[in-house]
Amino acid sequence: MKDWRYWLAEERGTLLAFGIFIVMFAIYSANHPAGFTANVVQTAANKGVLLAFVAMAQTLVVITAGIDLSVGMIFTLTNCMASWLVVGTGLETVFGVLAVLGTGLICGAVNGAIVIYGRLQPIVATIATGAVFFGLALLLRPVPGGSVNEDLADFLTGRFFGVVPASLLALLVIVLIVWVPFSRSELGRAAYAAGSSETAAYMSGVPIRRGKFLAYTLAGLLAAIGGLFLTFFTYTGEAAYASGNAYTLFSIAAVVLGGVSLFGGKGSAIGAIFGALAFRTIGDLLFVFDFDPLWQPLFQGVILLIAVSLGAFALFRVRNRLEWFL
Amino acid sequence: MSETTLGGIMGGIAGRMPKFIRRADPAVLTAFACIIILLLLGSLYSRSFLSPEYLLQQLKVASFLGVIATGMMLVILLGQIDLSVPWSVAAGAMMACAAAAYGPVGVALAIPFGVLCGVAIGIVNGIGVAYLRIPSMIITLATNAVAQGLMVVYTGGFSPQDSATAAMRYLATGFTIPGVPNAVIIWALIGAAMVFALTRTSFGRAVYGIGNRERAAYLSGIDTRRIVMIAFAVSGGLSAFGGVLLAGYASKAAQSMGDAYLLPSIAAVVLGGTSILGGRGSYLGTVAGVILITLLQSILSVMQMPEAGRQIIYGVVIVAMLLLYGRAPASR
Repeated sequence: MKDWRYWLAEERGTLLAFGIFIVMFAIYSANHPAGFTANVVQTAANKGVLLAFVAMAQTLVVITAGIDLSVGMIFTLTNCMASWLVVGTGLETVFGVLAVLGTGLICGAVNGAIVIYGRLQPIVATIATGAVFFGLALLLRPVPGGSVNEDLADFLTGRFFGVVPASLLALLVIVLIVWVPFSRSELGRAAYAAGSSETAAYMSGVPIRRGKFLAYTLAGLLAAIGGLFLTFFTYTGEAAYASGNAYTLFSIAAVVLGGVSLFGGKGSAIGAIFGALAFRTIGDLLFVFDFDPLWQPLFQGVILLIAVSLGAFALFRVRNRLEWFL
Repeated sequence: MSETTLGGIMGGIAGRMPKFIRRADPAVLTAFACIIILLLLGSLYSRSFLSPEYLLQQLKVASFLGVIATGMMLVILLGQIDLSVPWSVAAGAMMACAAAAYGPVGVALAIPFGVLCGVAIGIVNGIGVAYLRIPSMIITLATNAVAQGLMVVYTGGFSPQDSATAAMRYLATGFTIPGVPNAVIIWALIGAAMVFALTRTSFGRAVYGIGNRERAAYLSGIDTRRIVMIAFAVSGGLSAFGGVLLAGYASKAAQSMGDAYLLPSIAAVVLGGTSILGGRGSYLGTVAGVILITLLQSILSVMQMPEAGRQIIYGVVIVAMLLLYGRAPASR
C-alpha cells in the first residue's frame, strides 16, 4: 500500500468527524438568523471549545483502553478553584492559573495512580474519585459565586483581528503544546500500545505503566484548562453536579463521534475536538430551528445513542461468530 | 501484595473458626467486619446508634438501595455495568406517579407500569450490549441520557405534580408484620428470588459462566445473548421498582432523584466482593455492601457532615476499601 493509504486508514475517523462538523456547521450558520458572521462563529467557538478540552482529556484516557468518568468533576472543581484564584494583579493571576492547572494535573495523577498502581477498574475508580473532586468543588463553592480577572477573560474569549475567535486559537496552542508532543513521544506511543494490546506491549518492553500514567495526568490537565475557560466565559464558579456529569457524558459522545475507539489504541485528540464541535453544533441546531429547548436533552441523548450504535456496523464484517466475544 | 497478606491473616484466623465462616469469601467477611466497626464507631458517637428502632430504620433505608443493587449485581456478574440507573430510577418513579393520574385503572396499574418503563430501558441496553456488541458502559450512558431527555420533555423540567398512589406508599412505608417495615420485606423477597435464580437455576449458572468467559459459555450451548438481554431487562426493572418505592417513601417523584443511587449501587456490589470483571460474587456480599454503604451515609449525616464532606469521605472510603481487596491481579 502507498503511504497516503495508510494515512487515510489511520485518520479516517478524524476526517469523518471533520466532515460531520463542516456539514452541521454549514446547516447551522445557514439557518441562523444572523447568518455566518464573526459574532455567530465566536459564540459557537466559545461553547464548543469547552467541550473540546474535556473531550481531548477523555481521548487521552480512552486511547489507553480506560475511561475517565471524573473529567466532568475535574472540570467543575477547577472552575470553582479558578473563581477564587484567577483574580487580582497580573502576577497573582498568573499564579492562580498555574495553581488551577497544577490542581488538574494532581487530580489526573491521582486517577492514574489508583488505576495503574492500585490496579482498580477505571470505571469504579474514577466514579469514586469524581465524587471526591465534586466534594472538593462543593467545599470551595457551596453557593455559586466568585469572580475572575476580567481583562484576561475578555482577551481569551474575544476575537483576534476582529474575526478569529481567541478561544479557537487557545485550543490550537494547547493542541500544539500538549497533544502533538504527547502523541509523538515514546510514552505517548506506549499509551497507544497499551490500549491496543496491553499484553503484547508488556512483552515488548514498552513502558506501559508510565505511558498510561502520563495519559491520565495530562487528561487532568486538559480538563483543568476546560474548567479555566468555563470560568472565563461565566465569570463565576459553580459546583453543579448535573453540569459536571453532562460534560463527562458529552465528552464520551464527542470521543465516539471523533472516531476514537472505545476499546483503545485507535484515534486522535484532533478527531475528538471535531467530534466535540460537531456534537455542540448538533445540539444548537434545535435553537436555529425554533424547537422548544425542553427537547434538547432528548435530542442530544438520541444523537449519542445513534453515534454509539454506528460502531455496530462492524459486526457485519465478522465472519466467525466467536469474534463477537472479545 | 496487600491481598496476599490479608488473605494470609484471614486464612490464619479462619482456621480456628466454624466451617461456614471458613468457606466464606474473605471480601464478604471484611465487609461484615467493617459494618461492625462502623456500628461501634457510631455507638461511641451516640448511644441511640445500637437501638433496635434505629437499626430497623437503617434497614428500611437500605432496602431501597438493596433493590437497585440487586439488579446492578446481576449485570456486574456478567462483567458488564449499568450506568442507566439514575434515570431508570427516576423514570420508574415518574411514570408510576403519572399513571396514577389516570383514574382508578391508572392507580391499579401504576406500579407495574413504572416497572415496565424500567424494563423497557433495560431491554434497549440489553439489545445494545448483547446483539449490537456496544460496550455496556457506553450504551447505558446513552440510554440514561435518552431516558433523561424523555422525562424532561414529559415533566417540562420541573418536578412532576402527580403524587404516589396509596399502594406505593404502603409498600414503602407501611407495616404488614408489626415492627418490620414493608420495604425490608420486599428487599428480602427480591433478594431470596435472586439467590434462588443465581444458585438453583440454569439462568444463574449461565450468568456466572458468561461472566467468566462468554466465548466458553457460548460454545457450551448457552444462548449468551438472550441471557445478557434478560439480565439488563431485570436490572432496569429493579431500578425502576426502586424508584417506585422511593416515590412511595417521599410520596412523589422528583427530578434527578436517581442520581444518588448510581455510585452507591456499584459500590455496594463491588464492596461486597463481586468482581467488577464478572463471574465471581455472592448475594450475601451485596447485602453486606448495601448495609455498609447505608450505615456510612447514616453516620456521616448523624455527624451533620455537610454534603461536600460526605462526598469526599464517601469517595475516599470506596477507593480505600477497593484497594484493600478489589484489586486486579498484577499483569505478568
